[in-house]
Amino acid sequence: MSNKNLHDLTTQVRRDILRMVHKVNSGHPGGSLGCTEFLVTLYTNIMNRKEGFDMDGIDEDLFFLSNGHISPVFYSVLAHSGYFPVKELNTFRLLNSRLQGHPTTHEGLPGVRIASGSLGQGLSVAIGAAQAKKLNNDSNLIYSLLGDGELQEGQNWEAIMYASAKKVDNLIATIDLNGKQIDGATDDVLPMGSIKGKFEAFDWTVIEIENGNDIEAILEGMAMAKAATGKGKPVCVLLKTMMGNGVDFMMHTHAWHGKAPNDDQLENALNQNPETLGDY
Amino acid sequence: MKTYTYTEKKDTRSGFGAGLTELGRTNPNVVALCADLIGSLKMNQFIEENPERFFQIGIAEANMMSIAAGLTIGGKIPFTGTFANFSTGRVYDQIRQSIAYSDKNVKICASHAGLTLGEDGATHQILEDIGLMKMLPGMVVINTCDYNQTKAATIAIADYEGPVYLRFGRPAVPVFTPEDQVFEIGKAIQLQEGSDVTIVATGHLVWEALEAAKVLHEQGISAEVINIHTIKPLDDKAILDSVAKTGCIVTAEEHNHLGGLGESVARVLALHHPTPQEFVATNDTFGESGTPAQLMEKYGLNSDSIVEKALKVINRK
Repeated sequence: MSNKNLHDLTTQVRRDILRMVHKVNSGHPGGSLGCTEFLVTLYTNIMNRKEGFDMDGIDEDLFFLSNGHISPVFYSVLAHSGYFPVKELNTFRLLNSRLQGHPTTHEGLPGVRIASGSLGQGLSVAIGAAQAKKLNNDSNLIYSLLGDGELQEGQNWEAIMYASAKKVDNLIATIDLNGKQIDGATDDVLPMGSIKGKFEAFDWTVIEIENGNDIEAILEGMAMAKAATGKGKPVCVLLKTMMGNGVDFMMHTHAWHGKAPNDDQLENALNQNPETLGDY
Repeated sequence: MKTYTYTEKKDTRSGFGAGLTELGRTNPNVVALCADLIGSLKMNQFIEENPERFFQIGIAEANMMSIAAGLTIGGKIPFTGTFANFSTGRVYDQIRQSIAYSDKNVKICASHAGLTLGEDGATHQILEDIGLMKMLPGMVVINTCDYNQTKAATIAIADYEGPVYLRFGRPAVPVFTPEDQVFEIGKAIQLQEGSDVTIVATGHLVWEALEAAKVLHEQGISAEVINIHTIKPLDDKAILDSVAKTGCIVTAEEHNHLGGLGESVARVLALHHPTPQEFVATNDTFGESGTPAQLMEKYGLNSDSIVEKALKVINRK
């Protein structure tokens, strides 16, 4: 997909996110907006994906979302990638919907391979899927996304230790470094020191993307990450993002981690992101 | 009255190990994971024959459960192995979200369940695991009684699509079920036919129930003994058919009376055929250090207790 088309899709996904959380007056717009460029680029230009969906995902790259609360961006990107009708975004968080508050396989939504929401489990799941690929002699890659606050969950460090020890080198784990979590800045809630230093100490290859909201930077950084696979080490991408990116009043604050805009705020936010591909 | 004898005692965990070894030879999709307890879980032979299909996770059970969930994506059938305590309570949320809610084909194989773990004491003697696992929607819960049945169950669950909790134990116990049995998930097995009282037992208590039936027979009491290896889905019909004849029931398990087999049976009876019931189970307590036999006696989980409860429940008819 060309950069112009990527920008258009990114803007449309942003609109989807805002309208989805506004409609049900709940959900997590901040982290979703911060990861919009990344997930759009990942699904359109980085991952090797097959047409259609089957759970085993043989002979294609797979993605696992560990920070399941950013489901609005995940659902919008999945829909625009053809896994289910875009108009189904209209059912987000409603009774009897396949688009549950947090992603799940339980309702059979194509594109989702594991339930997530309770934090800290997705990296381990991704490692398992990566090891299954190796057993199947499938040379495709496993991608995962984790929040930075999520790294406070201890299971991640079991997984980080295991992946390098077992040379799980067909895995690219991206950390959304937005520096914020529900209660405030990660440095105020529980300072984690150098995340880069920690991954390097655990013998991972670390790639940094300084501007994780810039499509060019994402393309370049993920190409480097891909090139680093298959060399005996798992690959970590530290993606520095802006929570609430693209909506001025949602940026530079953790306030919109899990809060929906009201009618006026929605109008303001949508004006900053004019319709490109058509609203659902 | 049928006679049950045994020529040897073996641990049920060795039955698991033997079943896993056979699966290694017959089912290329079966993989095994362990959290630093290979010897205790008797996984050595599988590992020797299939090193590429074994994952040593280290002492990191949460990671193990979620990795197992991931391995199913790509068509593998993961068998996790660790103690029952670390297979359930320690990793409940991982099982709940990544395995049960995600409907992943993981077989959670749990050794050293209950008091018969023995000297290590209450930190390791989980008596709540059946309850924890049966409450998870879609989870199958199996508690086998001897070496042969554990081996057969291990092999059978590989052919079942969906999450399974397979519970077994540490000590050597009588091997009395047939070597060539076919294990049918959810199908209770009538071991003695009787008319005065029904004894429904699971796990290590099945042999004790047979011993109790002998004692009762000597007192002129005809006990029906049912081996209920699958606690979920429960064989409602087998229970209801039996109490229709006997009019009273004793449930026996190496587990807390809260959340165990007894409660599942009580629910079936309350819904369809209210019947006097007595419980052989621990009484909402933790265990302690001791030999398996000492502990089973102190906490009332042996044939003597079953006889006592049978006599009591018959008087309540």
